[in-house]
Amino acid sequence: MFTDRAARLAAFVFGASVLALTALLAYQLWIHSAASRARFGWAFFFTTTWDPVAGEFGAAPFIYGTLVTSAIALVIAVPVGLGVSIFLAELAPRRLSEAAGLLLELLAAVPSVVYGLVAVSVLVPLMRSTVEPALRGVTGGFPLFSGPAYGVGFLTAGLVLAVMVIPFIVSVGREVLLAVPREQREAALALGSTRWESVWRVVVPYARPGLYGAIFLALGRALGETMAVTMVVGNRPEISASLFAPGYSMAAVVANEFTEATGDLYLGALVEIGLVLLLLTMVMNAAARLLILATSRKATAV
Amino acid sequence: MRQTLLTLVATLVLAGAASAQVSMTGSGATFPYPIYSKWFDEYHKLHPQVQINYQSLGSGAGIQQLLAGTVDFGASDMPMRDEQLKQAKIPVMHFPTVLGAVVPIYNLPGVSQPLKFTPAALAGIFLGTITTRWNDPALASANPGVKLPAADIIVAHRSDGSGTTFVWTDYLSKVSNGWRTKVGSNTSVKWPVGLGGKGNEGVAALVKQTPDAIGYVELIYAVQNKLTYGLVQNQAGSFIKADLASVTEAAGAAANMPPDFRVSITNPSGRNAYPISSFTYLLVPSRWTDARKGTAMVEFLRWMATDGQKFTQGLSYAPLPANVVQRELEALKQIKVGS
Repeated sequence: MFTDRAARLAAFVFGASVLALTALLAYQLWIHSAASRARFGWAFFFTTTWDPVAGEFGAAPFIYGTLVTSAIALVIAVPVGLGVSIFLAELAPRRLSEAAGLLLELLAAVPSVVYGLVAVSVLVPLMRSTVEPALRGVTGGFPLFSGPAYGVGFLTAGLVLAVMVIPFIVSVGREVLLAVPREQREAALALGSTRWESVWRVVVPYARPGLYGAIFLALGRALGETMAVTMVVGNRPEISASLFAPGYSMAAVVANEFTEATGDLYLGALVEIGLVLLLLTMVMNAAARLLILATSRKATAV
Repeated sequence: MRQTLLTLVATLVLAGAASAQVSMTGSGATFPYPIYSKWFDEYHKLHPQVQINYQSLGSGAGIQQLLAGTVDFGASDMPMRDEQLKQAKIPVMHFPTVLGAVVPIYNLPGVSQPLKFTPAALAGIFLGTITTRWNDPALASANPGVKLPAADIIVAHRSDGSGTTFVWTDYLSKVSNGWRTKVGSNTSVKWPVGLGGKGNEGVAALVKQTPDAIGYVELIYAVQNKLTYGLVQNQAGSFIKADLASVTEAAGAAANMPPDFRVSITNPSGRNAYPISSFTYLLVPSRWTDARKGTAMVEFLRWMATDGQKFTQGLSYAPLPANVVQRELEALKQIKVGS
């Protein structure tokens, strides 16, 4: 009786600590960004100037950079990641699938600075000398792929992010697909569907909420990734239509400038960028929940 | 077993009481971290009772923590501004420790001899509007006999806030009106053009990989990594290669050094002075209520300015010139120790 109540209390305290920690984080970011919020107000979100000398700060180029690089990452990582998950769960021999699962967990644990270093020494020169000129040639002046090829920029950062988040999508996606009951596949095959039809029409829809979860986990990682992005994005606070152009991201500017920033306004502006990043992550997570909720309702309705 | 434990504890307690440790904490600039950790280590060997801990969190963090009173002393690559000094509860004194310099590095395939840069050429290149090609007259006239390509210049700069950027932009502000009004100087600025690399290594990687690129790095980084760097024309008109001697000369030549040492020594007047040099400082409160800590700090600073300077060259830092050392020893007398 007593131990029961004690355990309940302990569990409650641990549970509440998560909420308290999140609240404390938001509160601290709110307090320390006071100078910047008072000075710039809502304009902070739309201003494109970032001038530490003149004391003018706006978050627009950083928000843009974070969204663009994360979007590029997902556009590449989602099809590839889902494809690999389906192959490993449905088609690959069991042993290969298990070995690949182990390797994927290893890849997901590689520190991001290692991805960044590899990108700087291998991917960046390749992008500058081969990939970007080729893309520009093929698309023929399409604004998304125009301008000088520096090697660093939105596209390179998005590619590195894609490589970094694919292991997340695959390791979760594979588990989710493997958890689909055998009967579902057998029923589909019994009704005369081909292997592909059973996978695409039955197994994948059944696992859809879990797959969305995998994608949003990847998105969360892409939004917050700092080190690898700052090493290849070019670190230029500008909004450009071209994906070849150098850009910047929210996490990168905070990491880059926080240690040497002085003055309430400058520090406040950096903290406010942290606050915006936290809000963006929360909105994304909420959207993910809603999506999962909506699709699982639909699944049960069928 | 219990007896041995008791004896061990007793010995430890006695040993601790006998030596009366003085432990101090500081934080700040990353650029002088290698020499500071060497100094604190060597000083601890000479005076085992004094233990100084230093965290290289960055100049900005060093100033913040000193003002907040969470550390005993701070360190910064640039002098504190007046409004920052006003925030201090106890007046803060600046003590130059070593010198640093910033050099232009570039990647021009086919050009082997070190390039010469005039102040106007450097400002024009980094402004991005005046000097945009390598064969621009501003560069060609200073480098007769060098075959400069007709290629667009790609600028690389630091993306992280840094004392190196402060020195570089401080220099450009002094030699170019356009730079001073459009950009100014700080640890981070609104760069008119260019790509940002994180740290000296990030800028060096961008320059090394991108043909026709130019960037700037800390002299020590360039020396240790055997990078080719350009000569810069000083106020007297001569093109100077940055090395320990020409950097020390820049500090010695700094005219009208104020009593608090808060001075920029970029663009000095000395004949052989390298023009893009700077002090890095320890930031020390001028009053210490804890007499033991205060005495230890003063003694350390005295040792640093004299005997400690011999450790600089092994780590490629330029030592302080004699006249600055003399004035620092004078300034030390102003520190009040005890209540």
